[in-house]
Amino acid sequence: MTASTLKTTPLNALHRELNARMVDFGGWDMPLHYGSQIEEHHAVRRAAGMFDVSHMLAIDVRGAGSREFLAYVLANNVHRLRDTGKALYSCLLNPAGGVLDDLIVYFFAEDWFRLVVNAGTAGKDCAWLMARRDERAPQLVITPRRDLAIIAVQGPQARAKVYAALPGTQAAGEQLVYFSAAHVGDLMLARTGYTGEDGFEIVLPAVEGVALWRRLHEQGVTPAGLGARDTLRLEAGMNLYGQDMDETTTPLETGLAWTVDLKAPRDFIGKRALQDAQATRHALGLVLLDKGVMRNHQKITTAHGDGEITSGGFGPTLERSLALARVPLAVRAGDEVQVAVRDKLLRARVVKPPFVRHGKVLIA
Amino acid sequence: MTTPAELKYTKSHEWIKQEADGTVTVGITHHAQELLGDLVFVELPAIGRKLKQGEECAVVESVKAAADVFAPVTGEVVGANADLADAPEKINQDAYGAWMFKLKPADPNELGGLLDAAAYQAIADADAH
Repeated sequence: MTASTLKTTPLNALHRELNARMVDFGGWDMPLHYGSQIEEHHAVRRAAGMFDVSHMLAIDVRGAGSREFLAYVLANNVHRLRDTGKALYSCLLNPAGGVLDDLIVYFFAEDWFRLVVNAGTAGKDCAWLMARRDERAPQLVITPRRDLAIIAVQGPQARAKVYAALPGTQAAGEQLVYFSAAHVGDLMLARTGYTGEDGFEIVLPAVEGVALWRRLHEQGVTPAGLGARDTLRLEAGMNLYGQDMDETTTPLETGLAWTVDLKAPRDFIGKRALQDAQATRHALGLVLLDKGVMRNHQKITTAHGDGEITSGGFGPTLERSLALARVPLAVRAGDEVQVAVRDKLLRARVVKPPFVRHGKVLIA
Repeated sequence: MTTPAELKYTKSHEWIKQEADGTVTVGITHHAQELLGDLVFVELPAIGRKLKQGEECAVVESVKAAADVFAPVTGEVVGANADLADAPEKINQDAYGAWMFKLKPADPNELGGLLDAAAYQAIADADAH
């Protein structure tokens, strides 16, 4: 794929101006890093970093009956969203219980919810949602919002830096509990993220993205690329769609059982399949005891059968290699297993993620 | 970053320095470390190991990727830079200073087949765009 056919975010020219190393990320021309991804990782854990995540897509669902529609389409229960601005993490499942995508849904009004979905699955998600809408709730209007940019500002100093860059946001920002959002003028301020640190994700008109990035940069927020975003989310024990789960895995196999309630009477797409499912594997974390680096798809040997690494790498805060893995149900935190790393079998310890939260290493 | 004129190179991004005692010192190029990003792990060949030209003999791993390092010539390993085990980032900081291993070439004629700086720079430039 040549550069000319890649999709670009409203901040693309700015990344190039900052000498970012750009990569093809699922058809998008995105910054991998701006020099050192490890330094960017540390900036987020210790101070504040910012990510252009405008490749993700906000989808507005509007109209009477939005809640009932989403209660059926999403695996997590939107009936739990009572306060305006409250957000919920959910999987979008197919009837077989396979994960079509993971997303965050925000409740703004009975006739207005907003989903934020992954870039690589955005087209598929929209088509799926619209087809289900046509079947069940044709009165709803579903709008993909490619007119918006999204900038994630993350780290212990992130909120203060956002207030300094956008003084009008402080009053609303201070009121936000974790996993909720508010509109301030034409921007949406959400206290969410994908790093295990505090901070905001700011959704705003695309034309205002560059100016906000520059103001944050002037406040000392470090530009960070997809490389740091990946090591931060891995240390935070968060799944990456397409890697840790996809249409062939259920939430029960990928550490997301907490996002599906199979006992409540509410029906949702995939529920029947999950109730019938006999999961034989579950997701846990690994830390490498020997020297080396675990990578995606490496085989794991345990006393209870084989497993596989779904996301492996090096954790700059952990200062060693870590992984998310799918292993037989009998494997438990504390077990020692072997990972086939290149031509060697290396020792790893099974742990329960997250590995790092709010700057602190949580595993011994 | 200029490609040092006094060194020899391979297409697989190793640099080779011919020492006065007849051995060669090997590392990876500045361009290679730039492609890999921040290095976090280096595995070196054991001293005494006999290598064939082009044989995989070392590993450099960055945060996101692993890459093999190949023997630029046939020969025996006579030295390995143990400092890199605890500080792989030295390769990012100074690729031409942070050597990886030393070989005693079995056939000095093989050295004549390596790339000079201009030829390697052309490869690196073509890679970057």
